[in-house]
Amino acid sequence: MSERVRFFQTGSFAVGNRLLPLDARTVQSDPSRSNSLTSGHRACRGCGEALGARYVLDAAMRATGGRLVTVNATGCLEVFSTPYPETSWRVPWLHSLFGNAPAVASGVATALKARGRTDIRVLGQGGDGGTVDIGFGCLSGMFERGDDVLFVCYDNQGYMNTGVQRSGATPPAARTSTTQAVGPEPGNVFGQGKSAPLIAMAHEIPYVATATIADLHDLESKVERAMGFHGARYLHVLVPCPLGWGGDAAQTVRIARLAVESGLFPVFEAERGEVTAVSPIRHRVPVEEYLRPQARFRHLFEPERRADVIDRLQAGADRNIERFGLLRAEERFGPPLGEGS
Amino acid sequence: MLSQIEGSRAVAETVARCRPQVICAYPISPQTHIVEALSALVKSGRLAGCEFVNVESEFAAMSVAIGASAAGARAYTATASQGLLYMAEALYNASGLGLPIVMTVANRAIGAPINIWNDHSDAMSQRDSGWIQLYAEDNQAAADLHVLAFRLAEELSTPVMVCMDGFVLTHAVEAVDVPGQAAADRFLPPFQPRQVLDPDAPVTIGAMVGPEAFTEVRYLAHVNQLAALARMSELAREFTATFDRPLAPLVSPYRCADAETVVVALGSVLGTLKDTVDDLRAAGVPVGVLGLTAFRPFPVEAIRAAIGPARRVVVLERAFAAGVGGIVAADLAGALPDREMHTVVAGLGGRPVTRDSLREALAAAFSGKLAPLTFLDLDERLLRAAEEVPS
Ligand SMILES: Cc1ncc(C[n+]2csc(CCOP(=O)(O)OP(=O)(O)O)c2C)c(N)n1
Ligand code: SF4
Ligand SMILES: [Mg+2]
Repeated sequence: MSERVRFFQTGSFAVGNRLLPLDARTVQSDPSRSNSLTSGHRACRGCGEALGARYVLDAAMRATGGRLVTVNATGCLEVFSTPYPETSWRVPWLHSLFGNAPAVASGVATALKARGRTDIRVLGQGGDGGTVDIGFGCLSGMFERGDDVLFVCYDNQGYMNTGVQRSGATPPAARTSTTQAVGPEPGNVFGQGKSAPLIAMAHEIPYVATATIADLHDLESKVERAMGFHGARYLHVLVPCPLGWGGDAAQTVRIARLAVESGLFPVFEAERGEVTAVSPIRHRVPVEEYLRPQARFRHLFEPERRADVIDRLQAGADRNIERFGLLRAEERFGPPLGEGS
Repeated sequence: MLSQIEGSRAVAETVARCRPQVICAYPISPQTHIVEALSALVKSGRLAGCEFVNVESEFAAMSVAIGASAAGARAYTATASQGLLYMAEALYNASGLGLPIVMTVANRAIGAPINIWNDHSDAMSQRDSGWIQLYAEDNQAAADLHVLAFRLAEELSTPVMVCMDGFVLTHAVEAVDVPGQAAADRFLPPFQPRQVLDPDAPVTIGAMVGPEAFTEVRYLAHVNQLAALARMSELAREFTATFDRPLAPLVSPYRCADAETVVVALGSVLGTLKDTVDDLRAAGVPVGVLGLTAFRPFPVEAIRAAIGPARRVVVLERAFAAGVGGIVAADLAGALPDREMHTVVAGLGGRPVTRDSLREALAAAFSGKLAPLTFLDLDERLLRAAEEVPS
C-alpha cells in the first residue's frame, strides 16, 4: 500500500489535494467517485454525519471495487437519507432496527459466505447511540465472532434524531435535552460514558481506528486500510452536529479539528488490540477553544466562567495526550506516514 | 421411512433437508435439542452450504436471520418463551420487510414466575407480529410443517413460525417419517428472493414510510396473509402427492360432522382431546374436535365449514389474556358469532391436561353448567393460601 499523505495546513484540503499525484488524491476529488450517498438528502446544513458517511462510503466503494453492501442502524443518517419514496443511497442498503445493525451486517456477511459471494464486502453503520448503547451487545457479538464486517460509528455524541438526548458517548458537562444546563452540576455528569474504540480493541479484532471529518484524507485512508483486513473491524468517526452541539453550520470541520487538537478526541489506529499509530497534535489548543463556540457548553462561560469544570475537562484531555502519546507520537511510532521514506 | 426419533431431532433433520444456508440460534429450553442437532449437522459437514452462527441473544438471532435473508440466503432459527419476547422487535421487522425466514417456536410459558414448561403464551403474544403461525399436533406434523413453511414463506415473501409444544413434542420420542432429501428437493426449489442486496442492482430496503403509504403497506400484508390460506391448501395437496401422506394445513376436524359441541384447540393437546371425544362418543355424547393448524392467518372459512351446524363451541386455551379471557376464543367469536362460546383455560406452565378433567368440563357444557370462562383444575387450596398471606 502506498503511504498515506497527511496535510498539516489549517486551510482547505482541496488545495493540498491538487498538489498531489493523481493516485494519491482523495476519492472525492475523483469525478467518477461512486456518490454512494448522493445529494438531495434531508440532513441539516453543515451536518458532520452526512459528510462523514459520504467519505466513508465512497472510500469503501473504491477499496472494494464497488462490491459493497451496507447495513444502517436507525438514526439521523437513516432518516435523512430515505424519506419515502426517495433514497439517497446508490449502494445496496438495508435498514432494519436501531439496536441490531451489527447483527444484521453479520447476517449479510454470513449469507454472502454461504452463497460463495465473498467478493462482496459488508459495511455496517450507525450513530453513537445505535453503536455504543443500544446496539452494543450485537456489536460485541459481531466482534468476538470475527464476522467479516467493517462497522462504522458516526459519533455525534448524542441521540440527535430524537432531539439531542444524552448517550453513552456524550462528553461530561455537555448540555443535552436529558442533561440540561441546570442545577449545581449543569450538563452531563463527569465519570460516566465509555470509549467504544478501547472496548473494541479489547476484542483483539484485526483493526480499530478513530477518525474525524477534520481530516478527510485520513478518514478515507482508514476506510481503505480497514477494507484490507478480513474479519471484524471498527471505525469510530467524530462527526460534529451543528444542531445538537449548537454551533455554526459553517464551523463543523473546524470544531472537529479542535476536538483533536485539544486532545479531547484522540485519533489512532490499533491492530489486534495494540495501538499502532496515533495522529500527533500539531497545534495544541486548550480545551476552552473547543468548548467556547458550542452552545452545549455555554453554561461553562455564562453567566460566569466555570473554571472548575473547564479544568476537569482539560484534565481529561491531558490524560488522553499522555495515554496515547499525542505530543510524543513521533518518538513512539516514527515520523508520520507520508513524511520521510 | 418411519423411525423412532425425538421430536427435536426430527425437526432438525427435516430443516436440514430443506437446505438452509444460514442458521443462527441462541439456546433456551426446550428449543436447545433442535439447534444442537443442526449445529452438529453443519459442523460435521453433513449439511453442506450452510453456515451456523452462535449469536449472543435472540434479538441478534433474528437480526442475523434478517440480514441473511435480505442477502439472498435461506435463513432459519428457533427459540421459545423469553427468547421469543426478546426478539419481538425484530419479528415485526422481519415481517414488515417481507423476509421469508422460518422459525421453530418450542412453545413454553413466559415468566414471571419463571417456568420452563409448555403452554402457548409465547407464540400467542406475537400473534399480531405479521408472521404466519402454524401449530403442530404431533411430531410428524411438526416435521412436515417445516417443509411447507419454507415453501410458503418464500413464495409469499413472508416469515413463518412453526409452533410445537415444548417437551411434550420436542422431547418426545415417537415414530416420524422424516422427509427424504429427494422428495424435499422436489417440493422445495432453491430460494429465489423477491429482493436482494446486490452491488450489481442496488436497492434500498427498509426505508422510512410516513402516513402517506403506511396504511397501504399494512393492507398489502393483510392481503398477502389471506392469500396464504388458499395457497396453503394447494401446497398441502402437493405435499401429499410428493410425500405420500396427508398434511392438514389449516384445520383438522375430528368427528365434527354431526357434533352438537365442538372443542377447538391447537397443538399436542389435540391427542388427549380426541381420546376424550372417543370416550364421550362411546357414551353417546355428540361431540367433536377441531384442531387449528393455522392460527395466523386465521382460517375463518375453513373453521366455519368444519364446525358445521354445531351449536356450541368450547375453546381449549393454552394461554390467556389477563383481564379478558381467551385469545383464540376472541377470534372464534368473530368467525362464529351465532354459537354458544366457552373458554377453558388449561395446561398453563406445563400442568397436564387430563382426560378426566376434560370429560368433566364437557359434561358441564352439555348440562348447561359450563361458565363462559373456566380455568381447568384450578387449585382452590392454593388460592386460599394466597389469600391468607399477611400483607
Ligand atoms: C428500540 C428503539 N428505541 C428508541 C428508538 C428511537 N430512536 C430512533 S433514532 C434514535 C437516536 C439515534 O441516535 P444515534 O444512534 O446516536 O444516531 P444520530 O441520530 O445521533 O445520528 C432513537 C433514540 C428506536 N427507533 N428504537
Ligand atoms: S441533527 Fe445533527 S446529525 Fe442529525 S442531520 Fe442534523 S446535523 Fe446531522
Ligand atoms: Mg448520535
